[in-house]
Amino acid sequence: MELLNHSRFTQQELPACKPILTPALVMATFIVIGITFIPIGLSHLSASENVVELVDQYDEVCIPADSPDPDVVYSKRIGYIQDETTDKTCIRTLIVPKKMKQPIFVYYQLDQFYQNHRRYVKSRNDEQYRDPSASAKTTNCEPEAQLSEGQPIVPCGLIAWSLFNDTYTLSRNDVALPINKKGIAWESDRTHKFGDNVYSKNFQNRSLIGGGKLIDNIPLNQQEDLLVWMRTAALPNFRKLYGRIETDLEVNEIIKVVIQNNYNTYSFNGKKKLVISTTTWIGGKNDFLGMVYIIVGGVCLLIALVFITVYLIKPRPLGDPSYLSWNKNPASVQ
Amino acid sequence: MKRYVYINDENLAKDIYCDNRISNRKYTIWNFLPKNLWEQFSRFMNQYFLLIACLQLWSLITPVNPASTWGPLIFIFAVSASKEAWDDYNRYLLDKKANEKEVWIVRQGIRKLIQAQDICIGNIVWLRENDEVPCDLVLLGTADPQGFCYVETAALDGETDLKTRSIPSACMGIDGVIECPSPDKDIRRFDANMRLFPPFLDNDVFPLTIKNTLLQSCYLRNTEWACGVAVYTVEDFYHVCVEMIRGICGIGNQTKLGMCRGIPEPKLTAVDAMIDKLTGAIFVFQIVVVIVLGIAGNVWKDTEGRKLWYVRYPKEGPWYELLVIPLRFELLCSIMIPISIKVSLDLVKSLYAKFIDWDDQMVDPETGIRSNATNTAISEDLGQVEYILTDKTGTLTENKMIFKRCCISGRFYGNESGDALTDAQLLNDVSTGSADVIKFLKVMAICNTVIPVRSKSGTISYKALSQDEEALVCAASRLRMIFENKNGNILDIKFNASPLRYEVLDTLEFTSDRKRMSVVVRDCQSGEIFLLSKGADETILPLTYTGQQVRTFAEAVEQYAQMGLRTLCLAWRKLDEGEYQEWASMFKEANSTLVDREWRVAEVCQRLEHDLEILGVAAIEDRLQEGVPETIETLRKAGINFWMLTGDKMNTAIQIALSCNFVSPEPKGQLLIIDGKTEDEVCRSLERVLLTTRITESEPKDVAFVVDGWALEIALKHYRKAFTELAILSRTAICCRVTPSQKAQLVELLKLCDYRTLAIGDGGNDVRMIQQADIGVGISGREGLQAARAADYSIGSVSGTSLFNSVSLMAYNVFYTSVPVLVSVLDKDLSERTAIVVFVITIHSYAFEKSEMEEVAMVALSGCIWLQAFVVALETNSFTILQHLAIWGNLLGFYVINWIVSAIPASGMYTIMFRLCKQPSYWVTMILIVATGMGPVLALKYLRYTYRSSKINILQQAERLGGPILSLGIIEPQSRSPLDKDLAPLSITQPKNRTSVYEPLLSESPSATRRSIGPAQRFDYFQSQSPLASTYTRKDN
Repeated sequence: MELLNHSRFTQQELPACKPILTPALVMATFIVIGITFIPIGLSHLSASENVVELVDQYDEVCIPADSPDPDVVYSKRIGYIQDETTDKTCIRTLIVPKKMKQPIFVYYQLDQFYQNHRRYVKSRNDEQYRDPSASAKTTNCEPEAQLSEGQPIVPCGLIAWSLFNDTYTLSRNDVALPINKKGIAWESDRTHKFGDNVYSKNFQNRSLIGGGKLIDNIPLNQQEDLLVWMRTAALPNFRKLYGRIETDLEVNEIIKVVIQNNYNTYSFNGKKKLVISTTTWIGGKNDFLGMVYIIVGGVCLLIALVFITVYLIKPRPLGDPSYLSWNKNPASVQ
Repeated sequence: MKRYVYINDENLAKDIYCDNRISNRKYTIWNFLPKNLWEQFSRFMNQYFLLIACLQLWSLITPVNPASTWGPLIFIFAVSASKEAWDDYNRYLLDKKANEKEVWIVRQGIRKLIQAQDICIGNIVWLRENDEVPCDLVLLGTADPQGFCYVETAALDGETDLKTRSIPSACMGIDGVIECPSPDKDIRRFDANMRLFPPFLDNDVFPLTIKNTLLQSCYLRNTEWACGVAVYTVEDFYHVCVEMIRGICGIGNQTKLGMCRGIPEPKLTAVDAMIDKLTGAIFVFQIVVVIVLGIAGNVWKDTEGRKLWYVRYPKEGPWYELLVIPLRFELLCSIMIPISIKVSLDLVKSLYAKFIDWDDQMVDPETGIRSNATNTAISEDLGQVEYILTDKTGTLTENKMIFKRCCISGRFYGNESGDALTDAQLLNDVSTGSADVIKFLKVMAICNTVIPVRSKSGTISYKALSQDEEALVCAASRLRMIFENKNGNILDIKFNASPLRYEVLDTLEFTSDRKRMSVVVRDCQSGEIFLLSKGADETILPLTYTGQQVRTFAEAVEQYAQMGLRTLCLAWRKLDEGEYQEWASMFKEANSTLVDREWRVAEVCQRLEHDLEILGVAAIEDRLQEGVPETIETLRKAGINFWMLTGDKMNTAIQIALSCNFVSPEPKGQLLIIDGKTEDEVCRSLERVLLTTRITESEPKDVAFVVDGWALEIALKHYRKAFTELAILSRTAICCRVTPSQKAQLVELLKLCDYRTLAIGDGGNDVRMIQQADIGVGISGREGLQAARAADYSIGSVSGTSLFNSVSLMAYNVFYTSVPVLVSVLDKDLSERTAIVVFVITIHSYAFEKSEMEEVAMVALSGCIWLQAFVVALETNSFTILQHLAIWGNLLGFYVINWIVSAIPASGMYTIMFRLCKQPSYWVTMILIVATGMGPVLALKYLRYTYRSSKINILQQAERLGGPILSLGIIEPQSRSPLDKDLAPLSITQPKNRTSVYEPLLSESPSATRRSIGPAQRFDYFQSQSPLASTYTRKDN
């Protein structure tokens, strides 16, 4: 205690560094930021530029709707998508704009889909997905927890229930272009989040069917579409990995896509897009970071310039006590 | 309401009035929990947290685990409740000690020992010498045959002299009734009557005054025993009720002292007040947000939300469905007022308090008493003080007067050695028996109201009305003129071992008008009668007999005054028996007049005090505390205003003020005096002073006003507005002859003008002021521990250590360490601005395929943490290893914790952090967030810093650059306390449009002024008697 009482800490005598904002320091900071940021931004932009991306919005095209009245269109579309009997096959052709090197990623993109909705996000039970003995645990899963007889639904919850179920089949020059759907989910999800001996039960067995169905005799962690879907997106516009194409695509090649247009985004006027894209070190196409880096760098240089100019035009000494308010008196006579 | 106290009749009193039990406790065991909780929840912020915590219990709306709010909330409440409980327990122990102290009471002629708490109204309490008076008593008997006893009232009014109390005339009875007013707080008045029962005197009423009372917590001195009847006990029925209604702390202390002390109010600091205000404002803002967003949310839900089939809204919701969305928004908004702010504020504050406790430089080397921060909650306010109100005696001065030099019949003693008592020449003159010197010494020893007290070991100590007199008597005894004993009117003096005896015939008392006092004594051996006088030079020198050369004395006075010594002229005159007898009858008559007594007495005195022979001039030093002048000067340069509130005489006060740089000497300073006996006079004088102050405001002049207690009373009562204006305009004020409650009133006045006040004092008379001020500093010194107990900070005895250094040191500490608090306060405000940056950047860089919820959340959170680290770094002015640890350690800690959590398979964010750390775009995003968030902040701060600097910035720069400003911190480098005069971001109470008086900061060397003020010690005196404001030069006595 005695030692403590006389330590430099208690006496507040720790060696202290008291930096102040000298003009030189501030200007140097801004210049350094400017000089480093612009190259980073440029490299980012070029990386983003190298990404080849094919986007095809198919929700409107793949549904018959021939009425000038939007209300009629709306109800017709819903009637169409909710009818289980109709064939919903839709064929699209895409042209590769640039050579795409494998691996090429196939995504589906949903717009205006609120996977981050509070009711939706909470409606899951990770324990049930992980542990076969916990299949009866359906807390939080309402309203998709149990059948009316009380048997638990596995996997329970709204997220699983609304599983995305459009499918894409690709072909190039009438030769099938295989999409590898293995390994699209996170490694950790396959090994830990979903059990390898948990099987779906009573799934989509009620009158109200949401989205895709599961295969009851394959463990959940091998049905990777579900795993991908269950990684909820933070924003209403999101892409999820559908699969990988493991061959290169040449420029101007024509790719035929057969889409099974099952998923209902028409109720809420959401959009569906198919995205085929390569990646670089920054991931997919994203100009934002590069642009902002360049802008920030530029602005920093500008600020530094302004500061230097101001400093040269109107220098002001630091720490001049004559600026202290109580030393300023209009009528002061020395 | 009157009360009737039946002496020695317990049965009558017991039912009506309370016993003497002291209770300073706030709680009992039973009411502790509810009362404490009630108190804690009376703060808005706590109510708010409780509301949020309760809402979080509803799982339908809560976004987070309710434990995240309940945990801290319960922790905070538990901590402050246990602190309160501990404090209360200590108070209980103290009370118990006081209550169980044994006192003697006399019952039916038999002495009995009872506990102090069992004293009833009407009991006769018997006290021995040096006993503390347990409750307010009316004196009934003493050991002294003439019915006198002496009390020390230091704890009550701070005056250290002994006061004489006498038993009521013709009061030998034991049965009777005392009719006294219900308790009040005036310690100088007691208007009661006593009626004795038959068989003594039938229905005859005797007036009782304060002279007949022994008030609580005085000490009986110099009297073998005394007894009195209890009239007011500590806890009394009526006032328990009154104070309960006020409901502040239930202290039922109702004796004069208790009432005078007032009720301590809980103190809130500026930061606290601001946070409370902010909390309120944010809450209102939240309500608006919640209503708007709630409505929008419900509308969206009913139009768009129902189309989201995958959400599956139920068709029919419960009745509270409409409330759910608004309440969710409320909970989301609740982080606008983070509960952590309260935790961290409390922690930081108690750390500051600890720093003050720990500080080695604030330990009194003599007694080893450490400084002690009793109130841990207000330390950051130390840095925001604008007004310092200080007691004089014992605070600015050491309260030790020392006789230093003298000039006897034209010969200067003590000029070489600086101390007349060691002057060989004087000692020689004493032993050879030089007539002039002996006369001088006699006047020193006799012309006073000092009471010698002989201790058991035989040494004599003196109790004196004024420290001057004590100094003179002590000096005389050192020069072998020993004042040995005072027995009634007979004085025994020993000079060179030969005893002398004098009889005091009359005492012509000191008044501030007369500025002198005289005694008429008869030499018991020769029967000759002498008039001995002492007083200020301007009142004594004109009274000399024609023909005496006064030039040497005037020169001596001038010379001594320049050294900052207090001077007294001593004079005498031999009186004829006849002249005396004639005068004595007039004096008696004047003394018994009812109208204008004081004036009549003064006039009569004047008739005797003429044709004096000046014997010499004595110079006394009132030693200032070490470092006081420098500290005051430094603080004043920092723009802190000083007020001195003292019970002392005006002259003394001015003298001290001068010598401690409180007011500047003439060319720079000007003293304006407000006085007057009537309302009119005070009004006129006040207006004149105000006018002068207004005029001189723009001049580089240091204007101070001086006001005495009487004028102050009138000014506060009738001319409050004018006085307030004056208080704001004037940087310095000297208030003399003020009572404890007036001190508190002055503090209140300043507080009402939104100034931060610091009161500092050491005596019981300062207690109220200390409690009233925003910050109270008590000195545990010679005048007991009362002030220290009431104070927020107590410092060890001040002799030796520089008290004001300590204050500035405290302020300094706070200044340099308060940054974290500020940051924690500012934090919210900054992150609101930058949160948008974080959000926008995050959602754009983590769009589409990367927009996995956990990842995006983590990126945004990391962004906030990074940004916060840099914001704190930018706001920190001083980096010690601790700051580095806190800032960068925090950042590192964030990653470590998240890596750990990411390694747990069961957690929701399993592997998230590892994935992110492997992505280059994560780091790129972080850098971008920091740069974008900090760039504008840095640029703005730089601009403000350089082109619109706050005072702090300039001083920081100056300090950093080692600029000339350091020259003002001549005491120690630490006393740069001025710097913190206003912590800019917090100074919400800064008054506007206040021009300060010009102060050259660097133009003069402050070391030039220490105790001597320099040659030109003149003042403009605006005397109220001279309506034309005739300025005349005044020599300081």
